[in-house]
Parts: sequence; structure tokens; C-alpha cells
Amino acid sequence: MALGHVNAVIVGAGAGGGVVAKELATAGLSVVLLERGRWYDAAADRKDDLQNQRTTVLGNGFGPDDDRNPRVLVDKQGERVVFPSEGDYSNNAACVGGGTFSYGAQAWRFMEKDFRMRSTYGAVPGSTLEDWPIAYQDLEPFYEKAEWELGVSGDDSNNIFKAPRHKPLPMPPLPPTREHQILLPAAGRLGLHPFDIPMLRNSVPYNGRRSCMRCRWCCGFACEVDARSGTHNTVIPAALETGNCELRTECMTRDIMLDDGGHAKGVAYFDTSNRLREQTADLVIVSCGAVESARLLLNTRHRLFPTGLGNRFDWVGRNLQAHTYPAGVGLFEEETYDDIGPGASIAICDYNHGNAGLAGGGMLANEFIRLPYQFQNFVPPWVPRWGQAYKDYVRHAFKRTVVVMGPVQEIPVFDARVQADPTTNDYWGIPVARMSGTRHPHTIEIANYMRGKAEAWLREAGAVRTFGWGGSPGLSGGQHQAGTCRMGNDPKTSVVNKDCQLHDVDNVYVIDASVHVTNGGFNPALTILANAYRASNNLLQTWKGSKVRG
Amino acid sequence: MSGKRSTIKRRTFLGAVLAGAAGGAAIAFGKRGGSGWRFFTDEEARTAAAICEQLIPADHDPGARQAGVVNYIDIQLTRHFRKHQKVYRSGLEKVQRISRGRFGNAFAVLSPQQQQEILNHVEKHVQPFFDLILAHARQGFYGDPRHGGNRDMVSWKMLGLPFPPVRGRMQYGDGPKVG
Repeated sequence: MALGHVNAVIVGAGAGGGVVAKELATAGLSVVLLERGRWYDAAADRKDDLQNQRTTVLGNGFGPDDDRNPRVLVDKQGERVVFPSEGDYSNNAACVGGGTFSYGAQAWRFMEKDFRMRSTYGAVPGSTLEDWPIAYQDLEPFYEKAEWELGVSGDDSNNIFKAPRHKPLPMPPLPPTREHQILLPAAGRLGLHPFDIPMLRNSVPYNGRRSCMRCRWCCGFACEVDARSGTHNTVIPAALETGNCELRTECMTRDIMLDDGGHAKGVAYFDTSNRLREQTADLVIVSCGAVESARLLLNTRHRLFPTGLGNRFDWVGRNLQAHTYPAGVGLFEEETYDDIGPGASIAICDYNHGNAGLAGGGMLANEFIRLPYQFQNFVPPWVPRWGQAYKDYVRHAFKRTVVVMGPVQEIPVFDARVQADPTTNDYWGIPVARMSGTRHPHTIEIANYMRGKAEAWLREAGAVRTFGWGGSPGLSGGQHQAGTCRMGNDPKTSVVNKDCQLHDVDNVYVIDASVHVTNGGFNPALTILANAYRASNNLLQTWKGSKVRG
Repeated sequence: MSGKRSTIKRRTFLGAVLAGAAGGAAIAFGKRGGSGWRFFTDEEARTAAAICEQLIPADHDPGARQAGVVNYIDIQLTRHFRKHQKVYRSGLEKVQRISRGRFGNAFAVLSPQQQQEILNHVEKHVQPFFDLILAHARQGFYGDPRHGGNRDMVSWKMLGLPFPPVRGRMQYGDGPKVG
């Protein structure tokens, strides 16, 4: 059944799609925003330590559900069907706001070198490491726009490594926790440059929403007081307020509809009642996250694109990457836990670049506040896994532990990839994502190096004993997933141009982390938001009433 | 691997939980001998409780038994853990067999030292089952009481966390929501 024609249909109401909806609707375009998940309410938050978006042993808090959304994972043990609440699934939330509804909300700008990884470090054997087709300067005004429209608190003035910014952050940092006060002078003694992490979280009332109440239910949970900012409580409501945007939740997009000439004419999707609908549009914006965006393109088949839309040179779904998270855990004699969230607050960027013999690095920060069950992940290798000694450790160490970790910028691998599985379909009969590949060995080297730096910081801070972990070789994905629809100038080695427009079809855009050439040594949310503002801006400059200039 | 996969190939996916339920339904709803358990038989529950009590023993603070960890596992085995029913059934049976073989008695009535000896063996040789019950014991002990374990929030009290769980703190009195 066909619905009324609109200028743009956006698939996915996460970080990317939410911003695009607001920008296009504000400019007067008619927009339909399709989201496969629900619109959760902050007040309905269950604060369930076993079923949330971070600890999923009893299922995901904010989707997708295990019943209808399998994937296939191929690794050295063979291939198997995996489900959204399992770690190997590489899940990101399926709801209005996407990952930004329940994330930790670190609001990082990438550094200048993060956009020039190939120029900075040269070719890495076995990697598709490349420069972005845009520079930090192209994104800077849009980083600023994201920081002020959504609201970022923090203070990075002591971060001498940061790229230049025109405006300071709109809100001051939250007052420091005990962990912060322990780590701050230690970093100083080591000659490092600690500072307050920029966070998409209100430290003071901002934009009509109140400030953080410092609870221990943060990363992975809904924010009960709506102090954490995502697209669900900022740009998406703004898009709806224009009267030009309609949000349709629980709508699963099947494929992009193409005319005989290969031009997009809309999307086909299953609505809340699982009825097949057709939404025609002048523009199709794909913003489903790196795994699902690639899947949607690959499931769009046409005489001109027999292996999937945008996939003439076999680049769609390639270079799946996210972050490898090395960590150091420090055990202290005194209590370090003060029960004040969100936890993560202090970071250093001393090791993002300039590490001898290594092609990059990443930032290091203290970890989010830990609930008792989450703490089970921080048991040292010398403590038995069970029995009296284990219980003694948890009882003693729960309030005497500081964790430092950080996202290593990964070295992209061409064969770390998403395909459309040839035989397994989801609940709606749509071929599922088939994921395969491994991390690059150099990513592991960098992670092991970073683990050492994390432990050194903790020892300087007074930890009586430390342990930690580096990287493992399995496929990288998860909430920071990126890279599968690379942005580039050469249609033979990328999927979209620097405006995020498919090389193959001028009225289809991919606007999410899929287009990231590399993913920075940082949580990627602010970069996704900023790039969505930039891509929307460029799109609107070429908008001609019913189409973009070819 | 290939067995599980082949049941899913070439047809629309109806969901693991549904597929799992089909296999487990007869067991889950076939309460045996009027026991109060959802999945376990009385004997299985006794064995599982004794195992969990060794994994997280009582001392001056409560252990797994007092926290109702087996109640958590029993509930979840008919919900999110349906896919683990077979591993539990055969794992608990193996523990009993090993106990009777080595000490001539059911696991639950062995001495703590004997139970630990058995579990050291099980940890190495019945690994999928041991890893599962260890993870589930931690969840049932340290997780939210709403799921059937951590009775009276015993673990949270042990760790000195404010309870019932404080929802948040009003440290910055900026008043009610603006606009």
C-alpha cells in the first residue's frame, strides 16, 4: 500500500537520522522518519541491572528483541545464528534515539590526525587504512552546532592535544567524584594532561531539561530525569514541532525501491502491524547504523545493482570496525567508591597519537560507575572464580577499585564485513546480516600498549595492585560500529562521496557511522551528530525543490 | 553447530525463544511430583542449590542459598534461559553421577570438602554447564531481586550499597523540570 509522497524518507531515528530529520524538516522539506524500535519514555525506566543496554544477560533494555532479529556470525569455529542480547551480535539499540537513548554520552570531537590516518602513519599491511575525504576543519562548525543544540558539559581546556575549537562547551563539568580526585593529581605527576570529559549530559538546566542527579544507573539505562541528551529528547522533538516530519515507530524497512533507471523512489517497509507499506520520496536517507545500513543496501537488488545498491565495486559492508577497549583495574586500600554517577569524568589524550612504532592509540578515561553485578567483570586473574576467596574479593574490592579504559582507534580490515545472509531471514522474511572477519593484529598491539598506560596511571594513583586486559582478535562491532559504507572521492574504493551521497545513485544518502573511514580513538556519537549536520547542510544547499543537483 | 543452523535455514525465522519453547515446553510445564519448582525436579533443585552454595558460600554474610539463587535460575530457565534447559538437565545429572561414583552419595549430602572436590572436577570436565551455573549464580546473587534472587537484597547489603536502591540524588537543587 502506497502512502502520501514526501520529499525525504529517513530510515533509522538514531544519532544520524534524528539530526537529518530536524535539519530537513526545519528547511521546509516533508519528512517521514522510520524507526524499527519504540519510543521509550524516560520515566518508564526500569533500572534493571540484568536487562539493560549494557548488561543483557536477561535481554536488551531497548531492543532489538531476540525473537525477531537474528544475525549470522562467522568465526573460526564456523558459522552460527546469534541473537541481539548476545555479545557477538554487535548490537546497537533499536529505539527512537538509537544508541543515544541509553549511551554513556561522552561527546568527543575527533582529533585532526584522526581524519588523516593514512597520511600520518602510511600504509599498514593488511589494512585499508585511509584518510577521510574531509578534514577536521570541515566538521568543526558542526561539532559546535551539535554541542550547543544538544547540550554538552565538560571542560577540555587542559587538553593540549585537542583540535582547535571556536567556542567553549556550553555547560561546566559536573563536580568531581572521589575517583576523579584520586586520578587527577596522579596524571599530573606523570606529566599527563587530564581534563573533564565532554558529556552530552546537563550539568546545569539546559534547553528546558534539568541537570544530572548523579545516580548510579547511567550508561545502558534511560535517564530518569532526562538530563542526558540524545536525539530522542532534542532534535527529533524539534523535527516533529515543525509540522513537516512524521515519525513512524516499530516500522521495519525491507529495501529501497528503485525505478527502471536505478533512481530511488522510496522504501518498502513493514509497519507496526507487519503490513507491507510503500513510502515514496524524492530522497532516501539510510541511517540504520553500520551493520543495518549495509544490510539495507545489500538487500536492495536491481538489474543495475545485482549485488546490492552502491555495491558495484564490492565495498558495501566492508571495513566493519568499532573500538577495542583495553583496560586497567586498580585495587586500592582506601575506599574509592562514592556512589555518585555517572562515573566516567576524567580523561587524557596523551596517547591518542605519537606512540612510538604504533599507528595511533586512543584516549583513556575512568570507567562508568559499576553496579554489583557489573563488578563481576573486574575480578583479577589471581582470584579463584568461585568459593570463599571469590566472595571475599568482591566484598572487599567493590568499593576499592578504579577502572581506567579507553577506545583504541582500530586499523580497518577489508574482510571484516557485513553481507546479506543467503539463507537466514528475520521475522519479516528479510535476509539477515552475516558478519565475518577479525581485528587487525596491529589493533591488538596498540590495545596491549594502552593497557600498560592505564595500569601505570592507576599505580601512580596509589593502586596497591593492578591487572587488566588488551585486545582480542575477534570481529569488532557493538555500539561503536562504523565503517561499512566508506566515504571517499574514488567510487572504486568507497561507497559514498564526501557529502554522504551514494556514488551510484544521487538521491540516496548514508548518514551515520557507516561512512566513517576510521573511527577515532574516541566514542563516536558526537562525530556522527556533527557529520549528520554537515551532510544535511550540504544536501540542502543542492536541494532543488524535488531533487538534488546531480 | 550445523544442526542448529539447519533448522533455521531456508525458512523465515520465527524466533529462538519460540523454537526453544517448543523443545522445552513439555519439560517446563511438566512439574514433577508436585514440586514447587518451574523447571527443576526437587532433586535437581537440591543439587543446584548445593552447587551454588559452594560457588557463593555463606559466612558472616548470607550465601547463595539464603539469597534464593536457585529460585532465580529456576525462573529464568522457563524464560530467557530456556535455551539452557538441556545443559542444566544433563549437567546436574552428571554432577550426581560423579558424586555417587566417587563418594557413593548424592552431591547435596556430601561434606563441603567433598563438594568442592567434585566441583573442581566439574569445572574442568563439564565446562559448559559449570560456566553457565557460575554466571547464573552471580546474577542471582548480585542482581536485582525482581528476578527472583538476591532475596532481601542480601548482596547489596553485604557490599554496603544504599538500599532499597536509591533512584537518584538531588545534589543540585535546580527545581522541577523547566518549561
